[in-house]
Amino acid sequence: MRKILSLMLLVTVMALGACAHKPIKDTTPAASQVPGAGAQSDGAAANGAAGGAGAGAAGSDVDVAGPQEGILAQRIIYFAFDSSDISGDGTALVAAHAHYLVAHPNLHVRLEGNTDERGSREYNIGLGERRAQAVRRSMLLQGVAETQLSTVSYGAERPAVEGHDESAWSKNRRVVINYVQ
Amino acid sequence: MNKDSPMRMLWCTALLCLSAWPVLSLAQLKIEITSGVTDPIPVAIVPFASTAGADNGVDVAQIIQSDLEGTGRIKAMPRTAMTSTPSRAQDVQMATWKSAGNDYVVVGRVTSLAGNQVAVDFELLNALTGQQLANPRFTGTPAAVRDAAHRCSDVIYEKILGVRGAFATRIAYVSVEGQPPAQRYQLVIADADGANARVILESHQPMMSPAWSPDGQWLAYVSFENKRSAIYVQQVSSGQRRLVSGRVGINGAPAWSPDGKKLLVTLGGSAGTPNLYILDLGTQQLTRLTDGPAIDTEGAWAADGQSVYFTSDRSGGPQIYRIGIEPGAKPRRITFGGSYNARPRLSPDGTQLVMVTQDGPNYRIGVQDLNSGTVRVLSHGRLDASPSFAPNGAMIIYSGIEGGHSILQRVSVDGLTSQRLRADSAEVREPVWAPFTRPAG
Repeated sequence: MRKILSLMLLVTVMALGACAHKPIKDTTPAASQVPGAGAQSDGAAANGAAGGAGAGAAGSDVDVAGPQEGILAQRIIYFAFDSSDISGDGTALVAAHAHYLVAHPNLHVRLEGNTDERGSREYNIGLGERRAQAVRRSMLLQGVAETQLSTVSYGAERPAVEGHDESAWSKNRRVVINYVQ
Repeated sequence: MNKDSPMRMLWCTALLCLSAWPVLSLAQLKIEITSGVTDPIPVAIVPFASTAGADNGVDVAQIIQSDLEGTGRIKAMPRTAMTSTPSRAQDVQMATWKSAGNDYVVVGRVTSLAGNQVAVDFELLNALTGQQLANPRFTGTPAAVRDAAHRCSDVIYEKILGVRGAFATRIAYVSVEGQPPAQRYQLVIADADGANARVILESHQPMMSPAWSPDGQWLAYVSFENKRSAIYVQQVSSGQRRLVSGRVGINGAPAWSPDGKKLLVTLGGSAGTPNLYILDLGTQQLTRLTDGPAIDTEGAWAADGQSVYFTSDRSGGPQIYRIGIEPGAKPRRITFGGSYNARPRLSPDGTQLVMVTQDGPNYRIGVQDLNSGTVRVLSHGRLDASPSFAPNGAMIIYSGIEGGHSILQRVSVDGLTSQRLRADSAEVREPVWAPFTRPAG
């Protein structure tokens, strides 16, 4: 009897996993999982850019390792508060990667702009984009092809460091250079 | 059949497991009062009588007490001080309750009706005059008893304070657990008191900017599940959802028009300059509202749907502007105090605008009267954000950092009362208060 009880518990727990009202859960980069009874995820492909040229011209979203030699192993440019100016170490880093991309025109990067947590979140999406665009413009000026560059802003949504003071904030105001397929 | 037979045990176990299923791995919100008025109104809320099992294990009077005390304006009589527990008006010996210091008395009962229905009845009595002020009945399934209790709170609050209650309403918010780079994000809906929390979306990528449709049936939000921003609308009851904008660049800040047919959105394009557009959900037609290299975002509709408010840094730093939706309209600046005013939201009656405003080194919640231009700062934190009006216009919910953690907070529009809503193991933020889904009264 105890065996039957355990089996029934197991079956019940498994059945619970298929209940309706299960939240939409993202487990793959490309699409959301379709939950149980009564829910559909329809319409245009979740990946699609519905309008606007240049979608996908800058490669897929699959991250690859990219160059690891010397300064090229570094991928992060930091920014002062409320600023999208590239300066100091950032200038050298952008130049190094720009130089590398010019030499390897088959490679693509995604420039990910971020901010610290202060202020309102959607405005910070705009600020993060401004930083990513600043890096992009600098790379274009140094001869990198448009098709090698894409930008995305995460605003304050993906901090590198949790914390509510300048030591955390300074590490979150950044653009990350991600080599993608 | 032997009462210990295997089949009987099977069914009992199955039923036990099924009844315990709601909500795994979700940090629950708990409300704490942080400030109230100096002379709250004393009310006795007598435990409701209940015929066997009718109340479905719900302590209706306790829910009413928590709702009313949570406003900071009402003080409930402790149960331990009650010398009798009447459940009908005619059984109330008013002299006793009056001499115990109560201004009002609430008595009630929960009874089973035919057809798996339950009735929740109460009387609200004025202790000083003996007058009966309300005696409604709410019927529904046993699962709806908790909601009926909140509707009782709505009636009592309105009778005593003259303001429509917002206790039988819902909120949505974002919950984040874990440390970078392995955060887990959830979009959660819950009752306004934090109960009945339910996850409707979860991801290892961020989500933000939830927005309720005017009928309270849909949530629009921004999801980064494809590693860049995209706007979805999701029907809360069914989980059905669709992508409404996955364009190149920023897709952000969705806001439903008052008629529910359009979304105000922020689009950045490949050049990365965020501007406001109106997306017609039926025709998919996109109408551009703002232009230029500034960041224009965080749009919010005026109550008549003829203009929108938004954040723009065209003057050097974020300020709030208003623009008509007709072609050729020009934006007009609305905020003039200080160097940072952003994230506008309108009160239900359209006369007040709540925003994030910089107050010295702090980011706080401010309310601007759109007629007079007067601004009042309502919150006291360092990093307050994401304000949203309750549908009765009397309270604002927002997020703040306290003790190093992101929590939700509520403040009354007159600034006199406040509460916090904290989840033990998660950072909670971006609360949005759902609209009323029932007509008044």
